[in-house]
Amino acid sequence: MAGYLFLAIIAFSLAAYFVGQSAGRKFVNAEGSAVHSLPGYHGAFVAIWVGLPALVLLLLWFAAQGSIVDGLMVAGLPADLTAGKSPAELSLLLSEIKNVAAGQVFSEPSPDVLAAAEALLRWREIAMWTLVVVVFAVMIIALIAARRFLAPRYRARNVVERIISGLMIACSIAAILTTIGIIVSLVYESFEFFRLVPLHEFLFGLRWEPQIAIREDQVAGAGAFGAVPVFAGTLLISAIAMAISIPVGLFTAVYLVEYASDGMRNVVKPILEILAGVPTVVYGFFAVLTVAPAIRQAGGLVGLGVSPNSALAAGLVMGVMIIPFVSSLSDDALKAVPRAMRDGSLAMGATRAETMTRVLLPAALPGIMGGVLLALSRAIGETMIVVMAAGLIASLTVNPIDSVTTVTVQIVTLLIGDTSFDSPKTLAAFALGLVLFLVTLGLNVLALSIVRKYREQYD
Amino acid sequence: MTDAIAPAFVATADLSSPEAVQRRKRRYAADLRLRIYGVAAIATAIGLLGVLLLTLVIGGYSAFVQTHARIDFAIPAEQVNPADPAKANWRAIVAQGLQAVLPEAGSPAAQRAMGQILTNNTQFIVRDAVLRNPSVIGGTLTLDVPVADPFDQLQKGVIRRDTPEENRRVSDQQIAWFDALATQGRISTPFNWGLIFNADSRFPELAGLSGAIVGSFYALLVCFVVSFPVGIAAAAYLEEFAPKNRWTDIIEVNINNLAAVPSIVFGLLGLAVFIQIFGLPRSAPIVGGLVLALMTLPTIIIVTRNALKAVPPSIREAALGMGASRHQMIMHHVLPLALPGILTGTIIGLAQALGETAPLLLVGMNAFITSPPGGIMEASTALPTQIYIWADSPERGFVARTSAGILVLLAFLLVMNAIAIFLRQRLERKW
Repeated sequence: MAGYLFLAIIAFSLAAYFVGQSAGRKFVNAEGSAVHSLPGYHGAFVAIWVGLPALVLLLLWFAAQGSIVDGLMVAGLPADLTAGKSPAELSLLLSEIKNVAAGQVFSEPSPDVLAAAEALLRWREIAMWTLVVVVFAVMIIALIAARRFLAPRYRARNVVERIISGLMIACSIAAILTTIGIIVSLVYESFEFFRLVPLHEFLFGLRWEPQIAIREDQVAGAGAFGAVPVFAGTLLISAIAMAISIPVGLFTAVYLVEYASDGMRNVVKPILEILAGVPTVVYGFFAVLTVAPAIRQAGGLVGLGVSPNSALAAGLVMGVMIIPFVSSLSDDALKAVPRAMRDGSLAMGATRAETMTRVLLPAALPGIMGGVLLALSRAIGETMIVVMAAGLIASLTVNPIDSVTTVTVQIVTLLIGDTSFDSPKTLAAFALGLVLFLVTLGLNVLALSIVRKYREQYD
Repeated sequence: MTDAIAPAFVATADLSSPEAVQRRKRRYAADLRLRIYGVAAIATAIGLLGVLLLTLVIGGYSAFVQTHARIDFAIPAEQVNPADPAKANWRAIVAQGLQAVLPEAGSPAAQRAMGQILTNNTQFIVRDAVLRNPSVIGGTLTLDVPVADPFDQLQKGVIRRDTPEENRRVSDQQIAWFDALATQGRISTPFNWGLIFNADSRFPELAGLSGAIVGSFYALLVCFVVSFPVGIAAAAYLEEFAPKNRWTDIIEVNINNLAAVPSIVFGLLGLAVFIQIFGLPRSAPIVGGLVLALMTLPTIIIVTRNALKAVPPSIREAALGMGASRHQMIMHHVLPLALPGILTGTIIGLAQALGETAPLLLVGMNAFITSPPGGIMEASTALPTQIYIWADSPERGFVARTSAGILVLLAFLLVMNAIAIFLRQRLERKW
């Protein structure tokens, strides 16, 4: 229904465009070059005034309709059904009524609920038809009003362009709104969490056992929300990943910049791009199916009991994922070193290796550092590989063949399944998310500022 | 003075002295070492990619065929009421069909074991075939029915006949029946169209990707519809209109940082804002698509700005010189010229979004859903989350299906990237 209404608005604005355009044509025929705007702009002017308010109205209506209709329906409920009930029980009743209204009936609903569901459907129908009437009324009024504005000397183009500029500004603010949305939602839910669990316990506690009961009849532990083991596990896996990706990525970049022929570069670079384009869920499956058993077998050969979801397996595969990232950023940094420095070194008789290690690498070091920091922030925020290959139990260890857990694993496990927004279990995920966001943001800002400063040196 | 320096200078320049030769050797060896490290690093990276792809192909190719058994089901008119065929005892009809082609099973337990050869849903497959074609009532219906997962694995050699019977998921008796079907020429292994056209199922032999493909399509559609116009408008404003001031600086820094925010944080945003506050349905492609749109937006803004920057100023000046307004200059000249670059970047951004998993998990697109979604508001899975679900399933048959699903996903990504490269090479103009 909403979709048809949307299409109707689009069609009506299109019709309005032709009304305005034909008016514009008439002006041209009557007055010739004295007309200010082209007919198309007259059309666009009318179309915008018809379509835009109707669309805004539609969105606002749908944002408000749910709660208003619910309120009307609840007000119409028999008194004995609502008397003496807590808000939680009321919302349970409400969702039962909604399920019945949607046709999902699991057991025989009580007649009161059935009546309420019918009332709900009736209210929804009334709201829908009211909306249709209101939207068409607004569009017709807007069409008439906008058409009366049009005149040969009317500056339709300027108005249209000003409105389009406004829309463009609104679109560029969308990026800022996203950031604000992230920060506000994370901070708000974390604040709720820190009312239940003190901040110092979260940041410095050594026990992480979040699987507490959400409903009263569940059997579960008392719970502990000390996130240090989770942070330590994240750092362990990221460190393994960096230990793989920095040498491989850096040497790849060095070879590609200094030694490789054009033909080889044209082959290797796309292959690295493929490595970068493989979805992380694929790497996760690779880690579980191939790498983890291989490491376990290798450990068995030398008499080490390797955990089936060891930090090593997850870290290794994550390292592979990050190789192209490190190599392309190092490549950029090495290429940005002015050619004169390289040629000067070679002209003095230095070998290419000496030029690389004594001139190019020191000169590119800030850029490479920036790249490494960006890669580290990637590793810390990476989710699927660790969700599939790392463990769930938070243990405080630096042994790479033990199982550890990470921030992202905990966020996913805490939010999949039974979720209710007033349990510390669910809210803990948002607190972890806030930490993750702040840490990666800090790393990115640091990395970008290093890279920028270094670029200015040579420009 | 010169006399004092000259001997020392000559001494250091003696390139054929043993020390100098030694030193040169060492320096060349260092050069060679760095070269070798470089080649080793590249070989490692390419080798790992090779291992990754090889394990996927080796693990997944067997899922592209599916073992079927051809059974003649007698559909007697006295058991199936033509007026209401859905009511008949289809389980019994399936059992009779099996017993007609195999030696008598005898005990009920043996009959059950025989029934396990075919997929659990055979009765519904037969029922639906009869519903589609009621004229077979009273005659026989010959169907190729997928066999159950253990027998599929037996046929493909994953379950080996030489393992002891108690360690194997199929009994010796069942193998004998299966071989009897094979000697009658009833076993075939056609291409597994079900992998692409079936929806998800608890039974590996019936599970397919159609629900996930449709779900991913809807999510990407929402993502494109939202992020493409918004991204272009934002980029055009920032590149062409925005004054250089603190506000636009903030927006720029903000976009760059947004591109590096971990994807799971976007999932948290989607959960808290789209589901909690806006009340959009959980697991629906619209929520997944909106989250992916927010993630793709920075990419599209950045590539669009680069494409706009690449249009030479002479075009703009010519348009302005002919009396066009700035809006007309951009709409009529700059944007059309930049469009190939924008499209290329958008397709690459959408390909990234297609492979994105973590945010979709948080908004619930990992539900178990047995039919493709009918629209953007209905619960569904997406390709990467379907792979995640299968990777977590214990049945043996899902291992191969997971690899096969990954190959399908990679094929989609390959096609999208190929289109992007084609567009770049065909349409992009070099100035």
